[in-house]
Amino acid sequence: MLKTLKRKAGSLALATTLGLGLATNASAVELTMYYPVAVGGSLTNIVDGLVDDFEAQNPDIKVNAIYAGNYNDARIKALAALKSGEPAQTSVMFSIDTYELIEQGAIVAFDDIVETKEEKEWLKSFYPALMENGQTQGKTWGIPFQRSTIVMYYNKDAFRAAGLDPETPPATWDELVAAGKKLTKDGQWGTMIPSTGYPYWMFGALSMQNGQVLMNSDGNETYFDAPATIETLEFWKDLGSKHGIMPEGTIEWGTLRQNFLEGKTAMMWHSTGNLSVVKKNAKFDFGVAMLPAQKRRGTPTGGGNFYIFEKTTAEERKATMKLIRFLTEPKRTAEWSMKTGYLATMPAAYETEEMKQYVADFPPAAVARDQLEFATAELSTYQNGRVRKLLDDAIQAALTGSKTPTEALSGAQKQADRLLKRYR
Amino acid sequence: MKHVSTKHQLYGWLLLLPAALFLLAFTYYPTLATLAKSFFSQGTAIRPSEFVGLENYTFMLEDDVFWRVAWNNVIYALFTIPISIALALMMAIWVNSRLKYKSLARMSFFLPTMLPMIAVANIWLFFYSPEIGLIDQVTAVFGVESHNWLGDPDTVLGCIIVITIWKEAGFFMIFYLAALQTLSPELEEAARLEGASRWYYFRRIMFPLLMPTTLFVLINAIINSFKLVDHLFILTKGGPDNASSLLLYYIYEVAFSFLDQAYASTLTVILLAVLAIIAIGQFVFLDKKVHYQ
Repeated sequence: MLKTLKRKAGSLALATTLGLGLATNASAVELTMYYPVAVGGSLTNIVDGLVDDFEAQNPDIKVNAIYAGNYNDARIKALAALKSGEPAQTSVMFSIDTYELIEQGAIVAFDDIVETKEEKEWLKSFYPALMENGQTQGKTWGIPFQRSTIVMYYNKDAFRAAGLDPETPPATWDELVAAGKKLTKDGQWGTMIPSTGYPYWMFGALSMQNGQVLMNSDGNETYFDAPATIETLEFWKDLGSKHGIMPEGTIEWGTLRQNFLEGKTAMMWHSTGNLSVVKKNAKFDFGVAMLPAQKRRGTPTGGGNFYIFEKTTAEERKATMKLIRFLTEPKRTAEWSMKTGYLATMPAAYETEEMKQYVADFPPAAVARDQLEFATAELSTYQNGRVRKLLDDAIQAALTGSKTPTEALSGAQKQADRLLKRYR
Repeated sequence: MKHVSTKHQLYGWLLLLPAALFLLAFTYYPTLATLAKSFFSQGTAIRPSEFVGLENYTFMLEDDVFWRVAWNNVIYALFTIPISIALALMMAIWVNSRLKYKSLARMSFFLPTMLPMIAVANIWLFFYSPEIGLIDQVTAVFGVESHNWLGDPDTVLGCIIVITIWKEAGFFMIFYLAALQTLSPELEEAARLEGASRWYYFRRIMFPLLMPTTLFVLINAIINSFKLVDHLFILTKGGPDNASSLLLYYIYEVAFSFLDQAYASTLTVILLAVLAIIAIGQFVFLDKKVHYQ
């Protein structure tokens, strides 16, 4: 925000000193883009750098990239700006906001903007799993940009100390429990799966592994009380209460990484977005693995997509497409992934020389990519905020023992049905 | 003569105008708009907003989460208000006495107030954290088993209350300290000459003289018990299962996470009504008991 202000002030001063001599390109298109930062760090600098490169290549397009807080803030700001008539053309927002944005009439489908055959091909160049959350009603509404999945981080030194092979991390639920029991000792837990912040996200991984999705692709039905869903929550709870390899109660998202770095847990499930921080701060030998399987492997995707707003002129849409195409070029996507730890969103990016080299030097970066094959959409429905909270509350109620998994989930399903009935 | 007085009147009104405009625009208009909104349904592009009468209010009465956060808020207020005021008074009396490192003590009591609540919450997050947290590391020395403070519905609200008291007491102390310094020292000398005990002096002289400050602090404490929710964003997000959620935090969730402005307005009307009733009660009943000099 401040940076943009500064830049604006700078260009204003420049224009004044040159006596409006620069005002010749009055026909230039000006774009405003909001983007969120969820994991923090130097992301703003990287985005600013990319935007500067774009402006240098396209002198007739000016881009104001505005940092808009976390995902929630970005959505609120973008919607408020639209309501007040302030022109924003594009924004990176939570990939699961699609239904909400459609319901608000805020966004246009990319299918209605792309013209040439080449552009239509471009829509197909991304990993299908990353497109899922942005597709409904047979159209594509969001283009993947800063995307992540869940992976399992594990402490190889702890594995060695417990007599486990550090190169074969648990690949099934049973192996997870068995390894967890060996790893759990005084002052060290076997594993931790965070259950605050985004419990529905972790649950999406577990239920997928148990062969159960949580919602349909129209976003108007949930499967919270399906037998496999209930079984999933029972397993999560059992990790603490029956197998004793995870603390009981809820596990804090915000401090989990610290727990892992201090060796208080031998394994943790966390976003790939943590990769660079763990790499920098781990004082022990660590590994990154795909999440284990029950009936199959599985993880939801997460993170942000590009959206184009409805209130835009044809000219602005064209310029916006140029910007998005620029930012998702394989080479730039690879660079973005290497600098941030987010996924590269298309196979072509992993084929670039730089990325190949990077993955060869740092194999954990490939785990998230390979896992994409098993990835699925993250929980997203109409009335998303409410439905998500119903599931979050149910999970926490079960983990803290105030309700049984069956009670908690059938209650959540009943309320979700009430909310979603009018969208069927 | 009459002419002059209208001119005077006009002058007076003009002086009031800027403040009145701001009050209108930022206090009265939003209040009335909120009230009006609570009788309409939430509109979207597909479904425009329409008048629904008391539907939002009946929904609220059936909303389990609303009752949960309302009850949480009552407990939160019942603990934070009296304890932080009592602590503030004790600290103020202590740092008002002849102490060697008086300013150091004053500063350390006031420090929590100066820190932003978000920063405070981040610090306490690591205090409460199981295993690696300060509290667990200290209790581990005595062989106490680690406890998941924020992850246990039975302890989480208590944890939030402790932070609030820690944060607020220092702030209230400043008001008591200022009030204490205006008390004439002769009163204490006279009391001592008459053989009054310190407790008697506190109960019959000092505390009654501090009543105006107490009223002021009390009002602030009550407002804060409904207003101060910043730490929830960092610490618990209202969880687990709404065990630490408060009314205002729930309003935020409804308005900005569920994007349901209509229901958020309904909840806001309730919050405003509760605060208005408390404020009227204080000014009408308590004011009579307060001795102003």
